[in-house]
Parts: sequence; C-alpha cells; structure tokens
Amino acid sequence: MQEELIRRAKELLGDGTVVRVMGWRKGDLSFNPEPALFETEESLAEFVYDGFCGANLSKYMIKLSKLEGKTLVFLKPCDTYSFNQLVKEHRVDREKAYIIGVGCDGSLDVDAMKEKGAKGIQEITEDGDTVTVRAIYGDKTFDREDVILERCRACKGGAHMVYDELASNADEEKPARDGRFSLVEKIEVMDPKERFAFWQNELSRCIRCNACRNVCPACSCIKCVFDNDRYDTAQKANADTFEEQMFHIIRAFHVAGRCTDCGECSRVCPEHIPLHLLNRKFIKDINTFYGDYQAGADTDSRAPLTNFTTEDVEPSIVQERG
Amino acid sequence: MYKIKKEQISALLETVGKAMDLYLPVNNNGKTNFGFWTEDAKVDLETLKTVKSPKDAFFPQSEVLYSCYKDAKKIEITPQELVNRDFVIFGVRACDVRGFQVLDRVFLADPVDTYYAARREHGIVVSLACGEPEESCFCKVFDIDAAAPEGDVVMWAVEDCYCMEAKTEKGENFLELVKEHLEPASDEDSQKTAAEQEKIRQIIEKFPYSHLSLEGWDGNATKEKFDDPRWKELSDACLACGTCTFSCPTCQCYDIRDFNTGHGVQRYRCWDSCMYSDFTLMAHGNNRTTQMQRFRQRFMHKLVYYPANNDGMYSCVGCGRCVEKCPQGLNIVKVIKRMGGSK
Amino acid sequence: MSIEAKNENKEFKPLIVAFCCNWCSYAGADLAGSSRLAYPADVKIIRVPCSCRVNPLFILRAFQKGADGVILCGCHPGDCHYSTGNYYARRRMTLLFSMLDYLGVENGRTRVEWVSAAEGVKFSQTMNEFVEKIYSLGENVRLEDLRCKKN
Repeated sequence: MQEELIRRAKELLGDGTVVRVMGWRKGDLSFNPEPALFETEESLAEFVYDGFCGANLSKYMIKLSKLEGKTLVFLKPCDTYSFNQLVKEHRVDREKAYIIGVGCDGSLDVDAMKEKGAKGIQEITEDGDTVTVRAIYGDKTFDREDVILERCRACKGGAHMVYDELASNADEEKPARDGRFSLVEKIEVMDPKERFAFWQNELSRCIRCNACRNVCPACSCIKCVFDNDRYDTAQKANADTFEEQMFHIIRAFHVAGRCTDCGECSRVCPEHIPLHLLNRKFIKDINTFYGDYQAGADTDSRAPLTNFTTEDVEPSIVQERG
Repeated sequence: MYKIKKEQISALLETVGKAMDLYLPVNNNGKTNFGFWTEDAKVDLETLKTVKSPKDAFFPQSEVLYSCYKDAKKIEITPQELVNRDFVIFGVRACDVRGFQVLDRVFLADPVDTYYAARREHGIVVSLACGEPEESCFCKVFDIDAAAPEGDVVMWAVEDCYCMEAKTEKGENFLELVKEHLEPASDEDSQKTAAEQEKIRQIIEKFPYSHLSLEGWDGNATKEKFDDPRWKELSDACLACGTCTFSCPTCQCYDIRDFNTGHGVQRYRCWDSCMYSDFTLMAHGNNRTTQMQRFRQRFMHKLVYYPANNDGMYSCVGCGRCVEKCPQGLNIVKVIKRMGGSK
Repeated sequence: MSIEAKNENKEFKPLIVAFCCNWCSYAGADLAGSSRLAYPADVKIIRVPCSCRVNPLFILRAFQKGADGVILCGCHPGDCHYSTGNYYARRRMTLLFSMLDYLGVENGRTRVEWVSAAEGVKFSQTMNEFVEKIYSLGENVRLEDLRCKKN
C-alpha cells in the first residue's frame, strides 16, 4: 500500500501537479510515525502509511494552503469530514489541495496495547486482523479490533467526503458503525451527583497542555479566547477548581455544530480524558433538537448554530425532560 | 539495608501518610500521577512512568505567591506561607531524581527561589529502582543508573519484598519513623538485590535508545546547531501544545500572573511552555514568532544552552515521557539522532 | 480579622445575574420599576444589546465569580430588534443548559425568559419565581471558583 502511495506521490511531484506532499514520516520506533512535509522525490523514501498514522492531516492544510502551489495530502475517510468543514469555513483553499483518499482499517492505539500487557515493545507488525507485538517482557498477539482507537469503534464508514483520487485500498462501501452515542447515554442516565463526580474526576486530571485544542481541526482561531490576556479570560493556572471545566465546556461549545467527531482530542490527551464525550453530547443534542446533522458531510449547508427555525424548542426543555 | 514484604507496604504508607504529607504515584481511572496519599487512594508502585513527572512536589504546576484582598479603601496583603513541615515523596524513579538536580541548578542558584528551596529542604525523596524499564527509556545515555537511583532512601523490588537503604541523614530519619514495619535484610537479600540490579542493567542494554550517541550536542555547539536548516522539517508537525513540557521532569519555565478574584488579586505562578505562542511575550511583541523557533528553543535549551551554563550537564534525563506522549510522534530522541554527529 | 468576623453566621443571600436585552427586557425591568412592582434586590441586571450577545462564557464566568443563578431575558421570538438574534440565542442556550446538566451541575440555576417592554408584570413575576428557586437550591458550590470566595 505504502509503495503505491509513494509512487503516486512521486508522479504528482514529478509532473508538477503538486509542489509538496503532506503525509507521514517513518518513526524511530515501530509506533511513532510523525506527520511530515516532503518536498523532493528522494525524501519520500521515508514516507510511511500504516495503522499508527492516526493523525488527521486536515488542519495542516490551513497553513499549507497559504503557500504557493498545490499540496498533495493523504486523507483517511474521517479526515475528509474535517477537511470539508474547513473548506466550508473558508479556512483552507480547496484549489490548493490535491487529495488522495486512503483507506483505513481503524487506527492502532499503542496505549491500548500497553494496557493489555504489552511491555518493553520492540516491534509491532500488522497482518490483516491480527497485530503482533514483539516485546522484552513477553510477546503478545491482539485482535486488531481490541487495540484500535476509541474513535474507530464508532467509525463513520469508509466513504471519503472529498477527494481528487482514491487509493486502491479505499473502501467506499465500508459501513458505518453504531454505538456512537452509547457512552453518552450511559452518562445521561446517571444521577446528577454521579455525573458530576464522573466529570470532576476525569477533568481533574487535565494538565492544561492544550493538545486537544491545538490538534482540533475545528479550533482554528488565530488567537484563542483562553490565550487572550486582554479580557481576563486567559487561563494558565492548573487550578483545581471550576476553571478546568470551563475550558472544556467552552471549547466543546465553540466547536459545537462544527465538530465532525474526528476524535483527535481524545487521541492526543496525555491523561486519556474522554473529551469526545463532550462533543458527542452536543452532536446528540443537535440531532435530537434540530434534526440529524453531520458536520463536514458537505460544504454548503448551514451549521445548526448559525441557523434557526421559528419552532425551535425552548431552553426550558432541559429541565422539563427530567 | 532493610526489607519489607510487598503486601505490608500499605501499612508503612499509612504510618507515613498519617505522620506527614506523603506524595506518591496514585492511579485515577487508569492513569497514574503523583498525588497525595489518602486512605482510599489507589497507590500504584508498578507503573513505570507517571504521566506528569514528580517535579510538582517541589515546583507545583501552579502555586499562589501572595493574595490581596480589597475592602473599600483597605487592602490586605497575605504572603503565602512557605512549606515548613517535612513531607515524603515516595517511589521516584532514577531519571526523575536526576530531574530534581537539574531543577536545583536553576532554582537554588543565586537568587535562590525561596518557595522551591523550602520545599526542597523539607522533602524526603524515597526512590525506587526500575524493575521493568521500557522501550522509551534512555536514561543510560545521560549516565543515570536505573538500577541504583539517588535519593534519601533507595528501594529495590526484590521478589516479594522491597529492600530499602538510607543514603542520607534525612533518609535515616525516615527509616526510623517506619522501623516498626521493617526487618533487617540478610546477606542473601543483599545478594539478591545485586542480582536484580544486574538484571535491570542487562535489560536496558536491549533498548533501542540505550546506545544513542550525544556526539555533537554540547555547550559549544550553539552556532552550528542554531543555524541548522533541519529544524524546519523536524518542527513541521509540531502542534504547539505543552504535552512534552508539562510531562517533562526538567522543564522549569514558568509564568507569573494575577488572577482577579473580584475582591482582590491572587498572584500565582504556573508552568509555562516554550511551545506556546505567548511564551516570554513582551511589550514589543514576541521574540520567537514561528513554531520552528519555539521548537528549536526547547531542544537547544536542553542540549546546548543548559550544558553551556552548567558544566556540561544536560537538562534531559532520558525518562522518555515525550517519546510516549507527543501527540504527533515528535520527541527529543528524533532531534538528537537527526541532527547529531560532529561536522 | 475583620473579614472573618463579618462572614460569621451569614445567612444565604443569593446573587443572581440577569442579562437583559436592551430593547425588550431591560425596558420591561424599567416598567416594572416605574409601575412599583417589587422584585428582589438580589437580582443584578446587566444590559446587553441583544440576547444573542450573551456568549456562553458570560454565563460560566458569572458562576465562576460567585453568581448563584443566571437568567437571560430577551424579546419574544419573532420580535427581536435585529430580527433574528433571539432565535440564535435560543439554540445556544438550549445546548449550553443541556451540557451543564450533562456535567451534573444543577440545571435549575440557569433560565431563559422572553419578556417584552410591555411586560413589567411578567418581569417581576419571573424574577420572584427565579429567586425563590435559587433560594431552594441554596448556594452554588459546584461552579464557583474557590479563589473568588470572599471568606
């Protein structure tokens, strides 16, 4: 697969269609490739595409579409939603991107493997549905299903929302998976006290590294309100008070109706806070109150929060529904 | 040397925890971080690396420096009390203990940081040798021996026991406090400990990073490394988040800010990250305007500027947290490898 | 010393923030006043140009700094001075309140009411009801920033 992508990238660079390639570079361990920019055919020797290439490259296109010439970018099906959403918000220029849609069997999560006992990892190999880990403290074999990222368990399906061409492993027919809201529902039925304790416990681990915000394709503000020290809203202290929650509530709110549920926020969180459950709650509410909506599925519809109908529910519904 | 059965360690911790503040690895929903001991805390001495390093114990992520209270025309200023009671920080790994020494050179150099100094004076460090080091570890590169950590008291997990040895006077006082739980170790135990140490050292040899070369990285390389064109490709993917900084045991930059409480001001200091766009922001603007410059600053500081000012001591201890935690797979090892070597 | 003495045996007096739209609800509050209709002094009114000027951050900041309840008043749907502002506000607040509920924060502490310039009576009634509700919920402990506490 990787060879095919490298060959295609070389061709496109060679015939001048694109002037640079945004992809992933091989890591120095078998599970840490990094997003990287390739500008020459030779440098593509380090290009890699495997199960650990979970990083969503859409957000890099904000920066790259300001440069001269076209950029080739590889997008997995769920990444294309983010890209579309950025096009809709005029943050990236569709004309500046040449998109190759790549298929995805679910991104691997090395932390999940570690939790399941892989320790002292020396090498990880994928073979279809099995993942084999060679490790100092005992080799392990996993079903791929057990070690994929949380977001892949609620995969939106194999269809690419936007692309110029598809790689041979793209599977447009791959069905979406259910159960996206099952965890949200589990929290909803808790007693308010339990819910409060649940979130207090999760959010108290936050170290304010801002990784969730910085990786989020929807968080594309040039200056974040929480970085702005002019209006007394800047937050830097890791105070064990309401501040943490405020940051996460407002961040989720600011991306409500624009969040495509790409799951990057939860992937990058060093403390594994299930931040996607905040976003999914907004998505679920939007679907219930204002009709089903998937951000990034198209580039021209109006987002739920920049839209209204005269018959919308009143905010008191929150109390009335009990 | 003394020893204690593993299942009795919780009784020892209870004795300590009731006598003074005890700061140790606690599991919260699957993630382990240093936190205060409480009766129902899930103490976790097995996890090798806490998400955040234990530097919090001496240099907290945020701490109040003083508070003002304004009532009509009166202003009351309350300085923050310095730590004046002994506390224990328990289960620190070799790399993190070295991390404290890196911080010491910053905060205990003139002018001495009184908040830090008070904590350092009253903190008793109980370190724990790494029974099962992991693939991201490279402390060996910085001449740290994971099998023989420094600290006031050193512990080794040997079979079903922990062996403990005091290294300083503070350490001896600590063992005195918990002596009811300890029994003297026999010669056989000392031999087993030595065997355990040997085993750890052998495992470390097998890791991919253990033979990393630091050639080319030292206090004299400023100009050459600063101008290296490869910083750009290395930093392309950087998100400008603070994950590496905040999990690092040696990052020591902080910001001082005022929190408006509505009835006064609380002046606090909190960790800052050189990866942030508002880091060292001044009236005239910012002296590092691109992410490449910020990225370069972080690694130059660790591998060049700090050794230049501290007799060649690097301010990286090879704990490997950034290797594990960087969301985009960037880390100091990649920098050392790709830009290392002499020219 | 003096501060501590002052806070002893203090009975609960709620602090309620009411964001009122300039064109309807603020005028409604005026009318309530000039009609000699009583509403509790615990309510502090903040005038905003339109209900949709209220950012969710305003509401959370009010709680952080010690408010026990926050109420947002705007023109009736369809009567917005800027035609559609309150429709957007309605959606935003619905989602915000639902999120607060999801986080386990008591959901009676926030409310939205549509009050026109002619509804002085409704204004005073609404405020009386809301204040009573907050009295029954007691002090806001979950959302207040401890650093902002006066004692």
